[in-house]
Amino acid sequence: MEGNLYAVILALLTALVSGLVGSFALMKRIALAGDVISHIALPGLGLALLFNINPLIGGATTLFLGIILIWRLQGATALTAETAIGVIFTASVALGALVTPSEELIEALFGGFEALDLSSFIVGLIAVVFIGLFILKFRNQLILGLFSPELASSTKLNLSRLNLYYLLVFGLTILLGLQFLGAILVGALIIVPAAIGRQLTHSLNAFLLVSAIAGFASVSAGMFVARIYNLELGPTVVLVAAFLFAASLLHRKT
Amino acid sequence: MKEDSSIILAVKNLDVRFENDVVLRDVSFGISRGESLAIIGPNGSGKTVLLKTLLGMFPHEGTISLAPNVRIGYVPQKIEADKHLPLNFKNLLQAKAEILKLPGSEIASTIDAVGLTAFILETPVGHLSGGHFQRCLIAFALLGRPNMLLFDEPTASIDLPGEEEMYELIHRLQEKYKLTAIIVSHDLSFVYRYATKVLCLNRRNICFGEPRDVLDTHTLEKLYGRPSAYYKHAH
Repeated sequence: MEGNLYAVILALLTALVSGLVGSFALMKRIALAGDVISHIALPGLGLALLFNINPLIGGATTLFLGIILIWRLQGATALTAETAIGVIFTASVALGALVTPSEELIEALFGGFEALDLSSFIVGLIAVVFIGLFILKFRNQLILGLFSPELASSTKLNLSRLNLYYLLVFGLTILLGLQFLGAILVGALIIVPAAIGRQLTHSLNAFLLVSAIAGFASVSAGMFVARIYNLELGPTVVLVAAFLFAASLLHRKT
Repeated sequence: MKEDSSIILAVKNLDVRFENDVVLRDVSFGISRGESLAIIGPNGSGKTVLLKTLLGMFPHEGTISLAPNVRIGYVPQKIEADKHLPLNFKNLLQAKAEILKLPGSEIASTIDAVGLTAFILETPVGHLSGGHFQRCLIAFALLGRPNMLLFDEPTASIDLPGEEEMYELIHRLQEKYKLTAIIVSHDLSFVYRYATKVLCLNRRNICFGEPRDVLDTHTLEKLYGRPSAYYKHAH
């Protein structure tokens, strides 16, 4: 029972920080990267299941290797982030599909609800706090970097390092969401709350706040609906988020 | 630096290349504190590359010597701001002030100096007019009290009446803060009126010196490769 509570609390906190991380992804125009980066975790999940290791460790390993590779590719060839990510993403999906045992593949792709032990909960909690603090501390550097790399450089910001930090935090957020949303759906946690925030607000602070709240609302309402109607958690959360986004479209900006 | 203590920037035999493309070759010039250097030249002549190299953005050969304690501010050409960004210049000025650990009072005095209003500062960046955007960029560059400002075509996105206002603002700020200015410009009337030195650039030095001494029809033809259609100054 406690394990269920841990899982619920961690999922809600993850949703909160996903809204923040997603807001910057949206402004950096890399919102879709959440979808593809999450798939990089697939071969790691698959290999870990194959060798009976904790799947999260496998997923984390390939995800972070993938992120560093993407970061290096961006620097080395001046490819746009999305092209670089696209190349790695397709190869990862192919490899993941080959190595993941077929009975586990659906859960790896679409997520599910699993109770957490105390140690996993504490590790997750530390990760969430770290993500929140990162956004708080690097918020200004991130907005300068996404507004104008030139101006950021003239302020002596190391943009390449900042990009790596952001991608790593982005990966960490995806990893936290992977547990209950799965590789295919976790990208929604990055995009949809931020899209709702953007739709409803005009200023930066309001955007960040509403995105975080929208993430929290999507996951909590999704969990509630899934429980009442005995539905799969991952798809329900994403559909609730999409519904909230559709509702936000009714709001006409002045 | 040793020869003349008033020299704030000395560039010697500067080469910049991107892979096999030599963008700048053997460029040399120097300016003293408080001077205004205009950089003129046709499109693709390496003017922006020169500014960015001075800012340390590109690797180079040759030497760039800055006097001690020089703080450089940079005003880029118009940035194509995303219309959908929920950012305004108030956010950006606050961001720079926090990164450089400046007191909040410095933001207020900078805004005053450039003549910006709270309304302009709170307008999303994608909705600002060319002139307002440019003023905001100048305020951004001035924050942190630089003693040298680099301008990349400050009037490129401004209509004709606004151009004059912009040049006057730059001149006024220069006097108020005792700034050294390096300005990439296409406007020869500005060069004659405000610049103490001019560097004619076409991937290499075509001329360098005081505008009245070095700018003549022959030099301009050599620089632009055709009879100059630019405004000529009459004495």
